Amino acid sequence: MNKITSTAALLLSMGIALPAAAQEDTIKVGILHSLSGTMAISESTLKDEMLMLIEEQNEKGGLLGKKIEPVVMDPASDWSLYAEQARDMLTGDDKVDVIFGNWTSASRKAVLPVVEEENGLLFYPVQYEGEESSENIFYTGAAPNQQAIPAVDYLMSQGVERWALLGTDYVYPRTTNKILEAYLKDHGVADDDIMVNYTPFGFSNWQSIVSEVKDFGSQGKKTAVVSTINGDANVPFYTELSNQGISASDIPVVAFSVGEQELSGIDTGPLVGHMAAWNYFMSVDSDANYDFIDNWVEYTGDDMAVTNDPMEAHYIGFNMWLEAVREAGTTDVDAVKDSIIGVTVPNLSGGSSAMMPNHHITKPVMIGEIQDDGQFSVVWETSGNVAGDAWSDYLPESQNLISDWRAPLRCGKLNVDTMTCEDGAGAE
Amino acid sequence: MSLATVFKRNSLLDERSTWITSVVLIVGMLAVVVLHALPPDHAWHLNDSVVSLLGKYLTYMLLALAVDLIWGYLGILSLGHGAFFALGGYAMGLYLTAQQAPLAPWQAVMAHFPVAALAVVLAPGLLALVFGWLAFRSRVTGVYFSIITQALTFALMLAFNRNEMGMGGSTGLTRFDELLGFSLSSEGMTVALFVASGVAVLLAFWGCKAITRSRLGRVCMATRDAEARVRFIGYRVEHVKLAVFVLSAMIAGIAGALYVPQVGIINPSTFAPLFSIEVVVWVALGGRATLYGALLGALVVNYLKTVLTGVMPDAWLFLLGGLFVVVTMFLPQGVAGLMAHLRRRREVTA
Amino acid sequence: MTPTHAMNVRPESMTGSQAGFGFRHCLMVVAVLLVWFAIVSPVQAEVTPQRAQALLQALDTDDFDAKAEAAQAIAASDAAQKTRWLEALLDGRLGRERRGERFYIITDDSGREWPIIDAITFEDAGTGSRRSVDAFRINNALRTQLQGLIASLSLDEGDEATRLDAAKRLIGEVDAQSVDAVAAQLDDEESSAVRAEIETALALYRVEQGDASALSTLRGNLDTRVRNSLSTIAASDAPIAAEAGETLAGIESKRAWYERGQTLFFGLSAGSVLVLAAIGLAITFGVMGVINMAHGELIMLGAYTTWMIQQLLPGQPGLALLLAIPGGFLVAAAFGILIERSVIRFLKGRPLETLLATFGISLILQQLVRTVFSPLNRRVASPDWLQGAWQINEALSLTLNRLGVLLFCLVVFAALWALMRYTRLGLEVRAVTQNRTMARSMGVRAARVDMLTFGLGAGVAGLAGVALSQITNVGPNLGQSYIVDSFLVVVFGGVGNLWGTLVAGMSLGVINQVLQPWVGAVLAKVIVLIGVILFIQKRPQGLFAPKGRTS
Repeated sequence: MNKITSTAALLLSMGIALPAAAQEDTIKVGILHSLSGTMAISESTLKDEMLMLIEEQNEKGGLLGKKIEPVVMDPASDWSLYAEQARDMLTGDDKVDVIFGNWTSASRKAVLPVVEEENGLLFYPVQYEGEESSENIFYTGAAPNQQAIPAVDYLMSQGVERWALLGTDYVYPRTTNKILEAYLKDHGVADDDIMVNYTPFGFSNWQSIVSEVKDFGSQGKKTAVVSTINGDANVPFYTELSNQGISASDIPVVAFSVGEQELSGIDTGPLVGHMAAWNYFMSVDSDANYDFIDNWVEYTGDDMAVTNDPMEAHYIGFNMWLEAVREAGTTDVDAVKDSIIGVTVPNLSGGSSAMMPNHHITKPVMIGEIQDDGQFSVVWETSGNVAGDAWSDYLPESQNLISDWRAPLRCGKLNVDTMTCEDGAGAE
Repeated sequence: MSLATVFKRNSLLDERSTWITSVVLIVGMLAVVVLHALPPDHAWHLNDSVVSLLGKYLTYMLLALAVDLIWGYLGILSLGHGAFFALGGYAMGLYLTAQQAPLAPWQAVMAHFPVAALAVVLAPGLLALVFGWLAFRSRVTGVYFSIITQALTFALMLAFNRNEMGMGGSTGLTRFDELLGFSLSSEGMTVALFVASGVAVLLAFWGCKAITRSRLGRVCMATRDAEARVRFIGYRVEHVKLAVFVLSAMIAGIAGALYVPQVGIINPSTFAPLFSIEVVVWVALGGRATLYGALLGALVVNYLKTVLTGVMPDAWLFLLGGLFVVVTMFLPQGVAGLMAHLRRRREVTA
Repeated sequence: MTPTHAMNVRPESMTGSQAGFGFRHCLMVVAVLLVWFAIVSPVQAEVTPQRAQALLQALDTDDFDAKAEAAQAIAASDAAQKTRWLEALLDGRLGRERRGERFYIITDDSGREWPIIDAITFEDAGTGSRRSVDAFRINNALRTQLQGLIASLSLDEGDEATRLDAAKRLIGEVDAQSVDAVAAQLDDEESSAVRAEIETALALYRVEQGDASALSTLRGNLDTRVRNSLSTIAASDAPIAAEAGETLAGIESKRAWYERGQTLFFGLSAGSVLVLAAIGLAITFGVMGVINMAHGELIMLGAYTTWMIQQLLPGQPGLALLLAIPGGFLVAAAFGILIERSVIRFLKGRPLETLLATFGISLILQQLVRTVFSPLNRRVASPDWLQGAWQINEALSLTLNRLGVLLFCLVVFAALWALMRYTRLGLEVRAVTQNRTMARSMGVRAARVDMLTFGLGAGVAGLAGVALSQITNVGPNLGQSYIVDSFLVVVFGGVGNLWGTLVAGMSLGVINQVLQPWVGAVLAKVIVLIGVILFIQKRPQGLFAPKGRTS
């Protein structure tokens, strides 16, 4: 019977343990990244990075004379929890001034109505499919024109004539491939020379698809694979590729979702020469980058810790937000929304990035080839920054659309032909 | 102690628990509505987000009720009830998105609320009818049934993830504007949805209670305990099972339909087998075959999840996982069993 | 790089691993022939430090064409260090001092501080890091070229493998200018394998010239280039189009057979993964009726054990993998016994509640791994003997890691079957499966059997983890992705029946792979799931219904 009562006591005490301690006046920054479930693999690093950035900023004296306090929650890779916790962050006891978070497009779509309704700020650090622009979201990851299109341009310059577009079956690969198909056809690639294939999340039986690609690539034309394969499916994919004897010099793979962190879980020996397109690589030569890596290694206490593109995106996003708050003199959301447009901060590749009126940022685009130490070596880079395009110019349904959140336009979906606003404050 | 006394005592307990549960639900609902109506600077004021969170819990409770009806009283463990919940949710999601720009021409028909309301119960109901008819007819029982329900929801998850389905692919349906002509983001709507969910839970609770106390309910329990005998007596067991299974699926569908406007999104992850297993865990934790236990379990687990993921984001899974183990080992009848036990002990000592 | 990937005239650039894509160029053939015979080692001598400096300096450019020329110049120079330079360049270990004039070779680039040596004198130069040494970058084209250069610097004349490689490149590359040289080469060649390739190359040339008699040589040849050429000819209005079409049809039907063989292999290997993941479950589930939701996490533990043993034995992935087989079994079995003793044994007779408890355990184990190791995937290396493929012919190759997993699965199955069939434990387990009460009354200690059975099932899950580490991610989510499939396989095969699990897993794998090319991977999986659901309606007890009474 004691067992029963003690269990009951445990249950009760857990129920009572609500976060209710009174806090001094601080600026609160919400961190909404999954620490458990399937997305923890990618997102937990970003939580640590945000904690590090906040700690560093506090050592420098905080912001507006106040300390910054992180508010961490775990949405557990559950898309409805993202929405619930975002709402909690914006309206609950810890009313946060800004949220840094999300990884998958689905989780962003779940949070979007919440931040719009509660008028919050969300910085989203991951490359995504575009075709969206919210007044309350700042997209610091790459839009398709900052990643996919330059990568295809590079491969074309390398003589590639046949294209296998492989992706995981979800919205980012679907939209990106749609854009790429339209782009390739614009550039005279025949239908027969494009192969599109989708696989489920976490797919591991790549044998027949890889052998299909091998066949596709042996028709006498230089062939490349453009991969939007997501996370866990990559290891079996690359393993199969190398085991079937396809090396980067036969059929190079350029990936948009494989970075240093993903490579740290793969034996990269057989992958040397395959490519990835990003806006940042850990191997980039700049003092800002070396400082950032040193701090990160020190913070994690792990000599082998790696940095990657979404981390740079948060670095840029956080600094932009700090700058915008300083400029506005307040953390008030509306004031920050206005002051952040045009803010320019140094990025990690030695240049600087600016926030555009469409809530996307400018960044350089780089192509890196995988090395056997799990790093990328940059083999090509755009000559200057590329501005993120919210609405793709290569899709018929969005080529007339732009987004501009500056007053007086304030519109996320402006049709430039008819000059009508389909979404945003300017719509009324 | 003879069987008769056991039955009598249980039914007595049942009556009392029904009464208490109803009062708690009604008082709780009223309290939330009143507290929400207080001025925002009042210390007791409940803001919108808390109300919509509670509304979400209510829909989970409704789902747990549906699972308890078939698992607790019929002995059928469905590891795929999330599928019916999600189908109801998708029906509602289609209605909500059809208010703006329909994804496909056929979706225009879903813009009418009566059609959508019908779809909310018919979609899960039909799936349950076909699936249940096939399964019960060929006497698929026990673990076999559980595993194929899991396969069913898994298959649906993969199918809904495909863009070709026209259901928004992996992103699902989102960006809802208005329901029945009222803006979803308005305060009144939040409360209205909360109350609607509460009323649905209450009605479903009374309905399930009535069923379990009826002749049908007794046949159900007899089937659960000795299927072969019931069959020999002359009952068409598969018809009984099918009827209750379909009803349960419809309740789950209604829960999903109420869930979607409050959360603002429905996507294929709701079909994930893990979610359906979790629902079963809520019921087991609250206490099987009591109905109010299912309500309690859903509330407790989801509340803990909300609190713990915020308070201890790195360690909450240890606590939740540990709780599941501890409850199964030491509270075989769940929390409801614990409460009944304590009360009996008090009665004995008093 | 020239945009069309066209031919460089450099002979060395042809020896790389690039599989020639139908480029017709006389010079290429000449180039191949050059490498083939005329590898005359240049006289190597010391060059002056200034000259060496200049050679290396030329590499310091962002223009890959210029870099390629610089590498070419190094290979053609007299510098004694040239092979080492080129090798270091290939590995990304040749670099220049930032804000300085010296060149270094990084001897070990793991970690953040690298030991470096002077690139010209090879004297120790202390340590460097990314901040101080700018390593020269190479791209794919340059890499191919470097491999060629290095190969040509270290080649023996007469190496049969090299000749074979070169001969394979000749297919589709022979033209009017080179045909006599190639034909002459055929007469001198002794190796039959090389001769066969040269004959194919010559025959293809003759067929392209309209010589129908040469078609007989090409009959049944599976080379893609032969197939491509023949289909072009067959579609043209050349006089031999019909005959070429016949030969092509023969090739296509032979190819189709091999492709069916390949699909079967793919299916069996996918099925073997399912069987491995499910067979442990078949034991615990079948014998004890325990719905072990933590089964996937036991698989994960096996995979992490492999990783840990590899960490302990750096540089010996093969040995580590072999040790991981008993290691993974023992670790997972220990956890299994722990779970059985501490939780499951108290839930006797309440099988569905084991679902709840083991679900909790699976959450705990997952988070434990995240906390103790990291939420990130771990890198598990494959030993050489599990890398690459067994190339039976042009149309059929079996990848070694998959083949290894397939064989391992069969071995594990055979061992388990023998254990069940011939040992006392097996007998007791079977007795308990068929009728627990009866077995107990016959003196079988059911509790002990339960513990050992659960340990065995968990251990086999650990073995599955060891195998999976060779084909997929090792991370905290590993187990989750297999749990639904595993249950399905067990139920499809018939609970408590090992043969059922084997047949079910293999057939699901094969069906999936057969469907996949038609409907895509996602729909194939959906169809398989629905198929199993409908099958269970037909045979509610699975493929192999359990013998005896289950209660």
